[in-house]
Amino acid sequence: MPVPQDMEFFMDPGRCIGCQACVQACTECDTHKGQSMIQLDYIDRGHSPQTVPVVCLHCDSPTCAEVCPADAIKRTDDGVVQTARKPRCIACNNCVLACPFGVPKMNTEMHLMMKCDMCYDRTSVGGKPMCASVCPSGALYFGTREEMARMRPASKPVNTFQFGMQTIHTKVSMMVPEDVDLVDVVSSMHEPVVSHDVTDDVFMENMHEETDQD
Amino acid sequence: MAQDAERVTTPPDGRPLSEQPRWRQDFPIDWEEDEYVSRRDLVKFIVLTSLAFATGQFWLLGKQRFGGGAGQPQPVPIAEAGELPIGGYKMFSYPEGSSPRLLIRTGDESFVAYDQQCTHLLCPVVPNVEEDALHCPCHNGWFDLQTGRPTAGPPRRPLPRITLEIRDGSIYATGIEERTV
Repeated sequence: MPVPQDMEFFMDPGRCIGCQACVQACTECDTHKGQSMIQLDYIDRGHSPQTVPVVCLHCDSPTCAEVCPADAIKRTDDGVVQTARKPRCIACNNCVLACPFGVPKMNTEMHLMMKCDMCYDRTSVGGKPMCASVCPSGALYFGTREEMARMRPASKPVNTFQFGMQTIHTKVSMMVPEDVDLVDVVSSMHEPVVSHDVTDDVFMENMHEETDQD
Repeated sequence: MAQDAERVTTPPDGRPLSEQPRWRQDFPIDWEEDEYVSRRDLVKFIVLTSLAFATGQFWLLGKQRFGGGAGQPQPVPIAEAGELPIGGYKMFSYPEGSSPRLLIRTGDESFVAYDQQCTHLLCPVVPNVEEDALHCPCHNGWFDLQTGRPTAGPPRRPLPRITLEIRDGSIYATGIEERTV
């Protein structure tokens, strides 16, 4: 049974409070019991407490599957990119290195690439993914587009990402301000982080004093 | 090959599948297409597998017909005629080092000898002269004592028979009769 077409996954990293609930809930998923496929990234840990949960975005042309030399990564009809097929995966790590979002994880003990499969055991029977069902702040949400529009009137979902020359369309959408049509990941890396600046530059001041004395 | 419209995954350059390199058509990312077996592939598999089986059969046949084989071993005395009571049996090996065989005295002058291993799963068979049978207790298999052919239970092939000859009061094993029916 496929995942219903009207149910979509929305990421809203700006709402992430770094509580790790999704990371913990992910380990409860029956498709990869005991292993968390979500990684909570700190955007700029030195300067900001802002975190972002990394779930698979299920690309329309998945880079992980494109680079797989063993033909192990497959995408089901509903657009969900599944964990590598166990008999085929050769644990070469190509997908781990190639994915622009850093999603696939190599399970070295099992010699198997495992990745977020949108809790296929739950979503394929009409349930919600583990992470989305526990997120207290709505940074991860699974539901219809209408529900999302009602809850976030000031944002809109975007599913186009630009990594240098590579444009990626995904199944999962990211909530962005109304005037944004595409998330240009590489160019935004050079922008300063928009958040609370908590720099404590006592050491820097000391260094300046020392250099002044010289 | 599925139509482009049915595909959920698009190639990175967005061009239709027909314009894509051959490897992309051969190794689809879509699960459905990956599982799909074309009629041609199925026919190829069936034909080649059948051919392999047929070749094997012919090879076995040729080996049986032209292989020659080592022939029957030399006759060996295995017991004295008066040594066994009627209904008694003795174990022997023929030729030297073979699996155990059974020599059974069924009457005054009548002896039979068979391989002791049941043709089902190689359990040792037990002669039962009163019932004119050989019994395999493992899976309740029964053989006819006179011919060694299976009469009941799981075994389907007769026990290999050892041909016997009585010379000057001694019983000689003269050959092994491997039978399939």
